[in-house]
Amino acid sequence: MEGIPLLHILILSTTLFFMGIYGFFTRRNLITMLISIELILNSVNLNFVVFNKYLYPERLEGIFFNIFIIAIAAAEVSLAIAIIINLYRKFNTIDIEDTNTMKH
Amino acid sequence: MTLEQILFYFISSLVLLFGFLVIVCRRIFRSAIYLLFSLVGIAALYFMMDVEFIAAIQIIVYVGGIVILIIFSIFLTHQVGEKMPKKLIKRIIPALILSTAGFFLTIGILSRHTFSFDSKPGVFNPTVENIGHQLLDYQHYGYVLPFEIISFLLLAALIGSIVIAIRPKQQIKN
Repeated sequence: MEGIPLLHILILSTTLFFMGIYGFFTRRNLITMLISIELILNSVNLNFVVFNKYLYPERLEGIFFNIFIIAIAAAEVSLAIAIIINLYRKFNTIDIEDTNTMKH
Repeated sequence: MTLEQILFYFISSLVLLFGFLVIVCRRIFRSAIYLLFSLVGIAALYFMMDVEFIAAIQIIVYVGGIVILIIFSIFLTHQVGEKMPKKLIKRIIPALILSTAGFFLTIGILSRHTFSFDSKPGVFNPTVENIGHQLLDYQHYGYVLPFEIISFLLLAALIGSIVIAIRPKQQIKN
């Protein structure tokens, strides 16, 4: 990876991050919003590894943060899917416009 | 251009293409499958950066765990093959403005900033042995405390998701 400048990898992760942001704001379905969050988390993970490899190669801090973020993402997805299935039992839909019992 | 550069630009364009398809595709099942391809592409980038352990974790946890969970929940909550309703234009425009503005702001800052590389760069050696030694070390700036907290968090998430998703008793009788 020595022939590839750091900026190009950062542009890749930035593009992926803002794609995830766009999907998060336009989608109105809970599962697709979750998928957008996965895209965002992945771009951040890529950033951690790249900064570790290019700027501080003698340390391993970015790799540890990557591992912790992956663990937190797994926990978050399992909880979110439990909540989504529970919502679907109650309302028969997972569109966020229709599931608003906690709004008032 | 070396072979490595060609491979990098090819893989990253695939990742971006599948990421774009994830956020625009109107069939939710296809969206999840495109997410899977995008995650595999990022794992390939990790392999190119010599972090094989992270690439393996990425494939095992993301591709083998999270995407499968998402696909299962799609099967539980959707009719397969059904299209989602079209997005409203009043939602697309603010999101598009916000994301493009943030994108160009970040790219502008990144292209102006000069990163301070080490004059004598060390050796990047992320073998499983090194990672494991430092992860379970409790003296030399090791990461054993976050490790314990993460394991506790995973246990709490496991119990919490079971408690949330369990069916109440009255519904079982009916």
